[in-house]
Amino acid sequence: MIHIKRLQEDGADIIALIGEIDASSSIELDLSIAKSVGEGFKKILVDCSALEYISSAGLGVFMSYIEEFKDRNIKMVLFGMSDKVANTFSILGLNELLQIGRDKVQAKQLINEV
Amino acid sequence: MRSKAISRILFSVGVITWLALLFTDISILLSSVNNIKPDVPIWLPGIILNLFIVSLFYYYKIKIERDEVLNFVDLLWRVFATGLIATVVSLGLRLVEYLLGDTTLTRHIVFRDLVYIINLGLMIGFLMMAFAAWKRLILYQKSKWLLRLWAFFEIGLLISLLYNSFKFPVVEWLYGTLLGIFVVVGLVLSGNMKWVAFLNFRQKWTSLLLLLLTVFYLLYIIYTNSSLSESIGNSSPYFTEYRYHVFILSLIVFVTIYSIFSFLVILFNLPTTSVFEQKLEEVVNFQRISQSIQTEQSEESVYNILLETSVSSVFADAAWLEIHSNAHEHKLFTYKITDKESYDIINHLKTHNVKGVLDQGSEKTKNLSKHLASLKGSRFRSILAFPIYVKGQNIGTLALLKELPESFNKEMTKIVSTFSNQAGISIENFRLMEEALQNERYKEELKIAKMVQKSLLPTILEQDQDFDIAAFSESADEVGGDYYDTLRVDKHLISIIIADVSGKGTTAAFHMSQMKGIFHSLAQHDIEPSNFMVQANQALVYCLERGSFISATYFIINTQTKTIRYARAGHCPVLYYCAGSSSSEYLKDKGVALGMVRNKTYSSFIQSNTFQYKPGDIMVLYTDGVTEAKDGKGEEFGYERLSNLVNEANGMAPSEIQNHLINKLYEFSGTSNIDDDYTTMIVKFK
Repeated sequence: MIHIKRLQEDGADIIALIGEIDASSSIELDLSIAKSVGEGFKKILVDCSALEYISSAGLGVFMSYIEEFKDRNIKMVLFGMSDKVANTFSILGLNELLQIGRDKVQAKQLINEV
Repeated sequence: MRSKAISRILFSVGVITWLALLFTDISILLSSVNNIKPDVPIWLPGIILNLFIVSLFYYYKIKIERDEVLNFVDLLWRVFATGLIATVVSLGLRLVEYLLGDTTLTRHIVFRDLVYIINLGLMIGFLMMAFAAWKRLILYQKSKWLLRLWAFFEIGLLISLLYNSFKFPVVEWLYGTLLGIFVVVGLVLSGNMKWVAFLNFRQKWTSLLLLLLTVFYLLYIIYTNSSLSESIGNSSPYFTEYRYHVFILSLIVFVTIYSIFSFLVILFNLPTTSVFEQKLEEVVNFQRISQSIQTEQSEESVYNILLETSVSSVFADAAWLEIHSNAHEHKLFTYKITDKESYDIINHLKTHNVKGVLDQGSEKTKNLSKHLASLKGSRFRSILAFPIYVKGQNIGTLALLKELPESFNKEMTKIVSTFSNQAGISIENFRLMEEALQNERYKEELKIAKMVQKSLLPTILEQDQDFDIAAFSESADEVGGDYYDTLRVDKHLISIIIADVSGKGTTAAFHMSQMKGIFHSLAQHDIEPSNFMVQANQALVYCLERGSFISATYFIINTQTKTIRYARAGHCPVLYYCAGSSSSEYLKDKGVALGMVRNKTYSSFIQSNTFQYKPGDIMVLYTDGVTEAKDGKGEEFGYERLSNLVNEANGMAPSEIQNHLINKLYEFSGTSNIDDDYTTMIVKFK
C-alpha cells in the first residue's frame, strides 16, 4: 500500500511517497507523476524518506520517465531514501540514470543546477 | 389415441341411440294416433333419449376437457360453430318443408315427428357442447369451493336423468324443486367470469360477436323445438316430450344465462381492457428486464430493453437513456427523439440550473414537467427522469417525455422507477459475470504462461570437469520472469546467464523467451560480456514496453586460463566465496539493467570485469526473490544471511548447498507459500 502526498515549494512539485510500492501501487505512482507533469511542473522532487520498499515495477515507473523528462527538459530528483531502498536503486543501476539527493536541501540544490 | 377411440365409440353410440330414439318414438306416436297398442313400451324412448344425452355428455367432455391447446376464443368458436351447424340444418328442414308445401306428407305425423327428433338431437348436441365449453370457462382459475359446486351441479344433473328415465309418479313439487335448484346453482356458477379479464381488446370483440350469434342460435333452436313439440302434442301426447325433462330444461336455462352473462360482462369490460392489458404488459416487461441478465449478450441490449419497456409501460412519446461510461464519455440511446433534441433539453435544464431532474447528484426521481414549459421549440411538455445505479454509482439517466403537460402520474413513476432499479441490478450482475469470466480467462492465460516459462528453463546444464553446477527455480502462483541458462562456446569457454524480467504474468514470460533467444544467438561466439549486454539492450529496446526492463548477469568461464569474465546489468550482485580466504563477497560493480537506457549511450553504463578462480571457490547466482524473502515480521532474508549460509556450507557440493539454501529460505519465511520467484544457480570450481 502506498500513500502519495503532493505539495508545492519554490516552484517545485514535491511528491512524497509513504509506504510500499509494489506492482499494483506502482500505478498510483505513475499517475501522480503524470499528473504533476500534466500540470506543467518542470521541477519534480520525490520524497522517499517514508518509502519502505519499492519493487521492480515501481522502479520501472521512474525509469519510464527518464527519456521523456530529458526531451521535455523536466528535472526530477529523488531524495531521503533509506539504505535498503537506495540499494534497490543502485543494484539496477538506476542511481546512474536518476538524480538522487541525500536530503531535501541537497535535492533542491541539485534541481536548481542548470 | 385411447381418448380418440373412446370419443369415436361415444359418437357412434350417440348416432345409434338417436336412430333408436327416432324409430321408437315414431312407432309409439304412430300407434297412438291410430289407436293401436304400440309394439314398444312407451317408456323406452325416454330411456333411449337419456342414453343419447349421456353419450353426448361424455363425448364432449372428452373432446373439450382433454384439449389443452384450446384458448377462450377457440372455445367460443367451437360453441358458435356447433350452433351454426344446428341452425343451418334446422333451417334446411324448414326450407324442405316450405318447398314441399302444405301437403299430406308435411302434415303427416311421422314427418313432423322426424323433423322434431332431428331438431331435438341438434339442440341437445348444441347444449352439451356449450355445457362442456362453459364448464371450462367457469373453472378457469378455480377454487376448491367452486370445484365442489360444479361437481354437485354436474352430478345432480346426471342423476336427474334417472328421474326422467323412470316415470316415477310425477310429483309436481319434486319436479319444480329440482328445476329450481339447478337454475339457482346454474346462476351462481354463471358468476364466474374470470376468463374475460384475460382477453385482449381484439379477442373481446370476437367473443362478443360469437356469443351474440350463439345466443341467437340458442333462442332459435329452442323456439323451433318448442313450437314443434307443441304441434305434435296437439295430435298426440305419446311422444318424447322434452318440455318436462329436468335435465334438458336446466341445461337450456344454464347455457342461455351463461351466454348472456358472458356477453354482457365482456361488453362492460371493453372500456377497461386497455388497463388490464397494460398491467399484463408491465409484468411481461418486468420479466424481460429480469431475464435480460441471463440471455442478453451485452449491456447495450439491457439498455435498449429498459428504454423500450419503460416507454411502452407509460406510453411515453419519446425517451432517451444517457449512459456515462466514464467522466468524459457518454452514450445516448434514444426513442423517437433525435440526439440534438435530447441535448437541447439536457442543456436547457443545465443552463436554467434546474436541480434534481437530470443531474448526477440527484437521488430522487422527480416529475418536473413545469421546467420544460420554458423551453421554446420543443414539442415536449412533460419529463420524467430516473437515475440508474450500479453498485451505488450513478451510471446514467433515463428520461421519458410526453407532449402533454403534467401527464405522468404516480403509478407510472413507480413502475419506471422499478424498471430502472431492475435494469441497474441486471447491469450489475452482468458486469459481475463479465468480471468472473475475465478472471477465468486470466487464470487460464496464467497457466499457459507458467507452462511456457517452465519450458524456457533448461533441463540440463552444461557440465565441465572444472566445476560442478546446480540450479533451482520456483515461481509463485503468478508467473515470474526468472531465467537462467548455460551454453558451451567451445572446448574451454562456457557462458552462463541469470536474468530477471520485471513484471509478472504473460508479458514476463514473453520477455523471458526473448531473453533466451538473445542469449542463444549472442553467446554462440566468444563475445565480450559488456558487448553482450550492449547488443542485448539494443535488441530489447524494440520489444520492451514502457517501464519494463530486464536485469541480467552474463558470465564467460574460461577453463583454460581459469578466468571468469562477466558483466552485470542491474542484476543482484553475485556472491563469490573465495576458498583461499574462507570469506565471501558480493561483486557490486557498475551496470544498468537492460531496457533502461534506450539509446546508444548504454555502452557507457556497462562494464566487463575479469577475475581468476581457484578450486573450492563458489559462485552463487540468484534473483531478488531470495534476498527479499520475508519472515513473519516482514524482515527480509537479506545479503548477510545469504553470505553466512554459503560460508557455512562451503564444503558441500552445489546441489547440497542449494538444498540447504532452499530449506533455510522456507524455514525463514515460515510458510511453504512463496509470494515471489526464487532462482539460484550455484557453481563450485574444482
